Amino acid sequence: MATIKELSRKPELLTGGHRLCAGCGASIAVRQVLLGANDQVIAGSATGCLEVSTTPYPFSAWKIPFIHNAFENSAATISGVEAAYNALKRRGKIEKKMKFVAFGGDGGTYDIGLQSLSGAMERGHDMVYVCYDNGAYMNTGIQRSGSTPFGAATTTSPAGKVRPGKPQQRKDLTQIIAAHNIPYVAQASISHWKDLVKKAEKAFSVEGPAFLNVMAPCPRGWRTPNEITIEISKISVQTGFWPLYEVEDGEWKLNFKPKELKPITDFLKPQGRFRHLFKPGNEHLLETAQAEIDKNWSWLKKRCGVE
Amino acid sequence: MAKTATKQKIVAMTGNAGCALAMKQINPDVVAAYPITPQTTIVEEFANYVANGVVDTEYINVESEHSAMSACIGASAAGARVMTSTSSQGLALMWEELSIASSLRLPIVMQTVNRALSGPINIHCDHSDSMGARDMGWIHLFAETAQEAYDNTIMAIKIAEHKDVRLPVMSMHDGFITSHAIDRFEVLDDADVKKFVGNYMPKHSLLYNPNEPVTFGPFAMPAFYYEQRKQLRVAIDGSKDIVMKVTDDFAKLSGRQYGLFEEYRLDDADVAVVVLGSTAGTTRYVIDAMRAQGVKVGMLKLRVFRPFPAEEIAQALSKIKAVGVMDRSDTVGTLGGPVYVEIKAALYNSKQRPAMQGYVYGLGGRDTGPDQIETVIGDLVKVVKGEQSPREAVTLLGVKE
Repeated sequence: MATIKELSRKPELLTGGHRLCAGCGASIAVRQVLLGANDQVIAGSATGCLEVSTTPYPFSAWKIPFIHNAFENSAATISGVEAAYNALKRRGKIEKKMKFVAFGGDGGTYDIGLQSLSGAMERGHDMVYVCYDNGAYMNTGIQRSGSTPFGAATTTSPAGKVRPGKPQQRKDLTQIIAAHNIPYVAQASISHWKDLVKKAEKAFSVEGPAFLNVMAPCPRGWRTPNEITIEISKISVQTGFWPLYEVEDGEWKLNFKPKELKPITDFLKPQGRFRHLFKPGNEHLLETAQAEIDKNWSWLKKRCGVE
Repeated sequence: MAKTATKQKIVAMTGNAGCALAMKQINPDVVAAYPITPQTTIVEEFANYVANGVVDTEYINVESEHSAMSACIGASAAGARVMTSTSSQGLALMWEELSIASSLRLPIVMQTVNRALSGPINIHCDHSDSMGARDMGWIHLFAETAQEAYDNTIMAIKIAEHKDVRLPVMSMHDGFITSHAIDRFEVLDDADVKKFVGNYMPKHSLLYNPNEPVTFGPFAMPAFYYEQRKQLRVAIDGSKDIVMKVTDDFAKLSGRQYGLFEEYRLDDADVAVVVLGSTAGTTRYVIDAMRAQGVKVGMLKLRVFRPFPAEEIAQALSKIKAVGVMDRSDTVGTLGGPVYVEIKAALYNSKQRPAMQGYVYGLGGRDTGPDQIETVIGDLVKVVKGEQSPREAVTLLGVKE
């Protein structure tokens, strides 16, 4: 992999001046992913913050060919682009080597776009799918998604008198995609840029489908100050909320192995969406959150052959 | 039949096999499709062409019709020549994508084998599926026979990709009646089709010139959205001339001349029936029989439903005394079926206009025999004779009371 010095000299494929919020994890995720590409890249995005903020007509922040179609079909759309590439290349109408990436938020990936993603992965297109996961439908004003953590207050799972935020645990999408037995699946975080760029590089280099699930906080939805985006991402990894791992040709590998996980409260406490969990009488909710993390961490370690 | 300009082969095939054959001869870059009755035999037949190396199309076996149209949009934006096919619920599932395809001005060609929309679920013919998608910015062509379905498929490519059109085209034929019945028709040589459709090279694409990157599908706020919709209106209005240009070019090649619609014994007619699709054949038979009895009746068979040839239809029907429009779909909550409502509107400002009555028939594959068409013509004759006033309410033909 390139050094940080070399990476800093690579041209930015998503230019500055887009309209994403200060502290938004999405654009950081996109830029780090694109740093891992060494060939011509064609990108697509699901409807969401990334799309509306980077393509307000007549402007576009994309310095590479880009397509937005709709919310639930970023994967299907890019699968069509990849198929066109294969056809045109076979017929001698284009020569250049190209790679394809589809972006989507967790709403467009875990929920409404899951079928389209699963279909594209199963069909084996040579494409990378990147989910920038901020744990809710942020573009429409912070509604709960299948990725929203247990206990989080969102506008459709508010913390009220009888319901303390989202009552369900998260869906584990990375494992679901790993079960498609595609060449490369990884979970990464914008706080661990080296790990992320390396994973992106692997994802682009494999022949066939690859999937990256990237922790990308949203200060608006998380009720966190803009300047702690990277810090809170790091804590998500250190607490085991967002383990960094990869599944390469079926081999599971844990990429970050702390001796001991930090308590989940380190991740929850700085975020306004979990404030109600810290009220007296809600201790059992924090215990539930911790128990889930412990269970998942122990399962993942076993899966990766780590003691 | 006019003298053919080129050698053709007579075949006996189903309408669906004819469409698949046209697709084979076109050999598109990408096909993304999902099976649904009664379209399925098209995608099966095409899969055979792929499996046997007869075509070198990238064939994407998507997991739904939504993804079929999504992948078609991606592939078409990429710069490929793209085709697909669907029916009924599949078209309904694509609905969101239909207006994106037209707004992005992507020349995707889709066989739509007409089938009733659920519910209740039904697999047989009516036009409620494509009529439900009539305002999505697509060009709509209707075929009566397997011959027309085959011919329209080939013409659709040229129409869609024309630089002044760049719109998706839906090419319809009737489920089971045309799709599954074996018909005799003429097919062109592969080389003639290849030459006719030509090479496709779009001006803007994702893949042809990545150094000058294009963004497809940007976010258009109130300052820009309206103008883009206007461009769509201008494009589809203007496509009428191109549809006819391609149709005339095709006639030179095949000897088969089509129009925006067909006029059958309309010149001296007092009453006329408007139909689209396979019912035109039965209608012709009834017209000939009634003409023999001295009834001056004719038919207007619509081929191009979008862009709607309002002016031409008004012109063709202006001298008729009474017109009955037969719709194979119902637009519940309005005056009647969509073709009826639009033709009535098309005639409103004509100085001379016929009395009009709307009929719905054949929903969910209900058989439409000559008796129903005789009923319509009988009704119209009574109106002309002053024996009854034109009915305002739509008449549902062949329904059990």
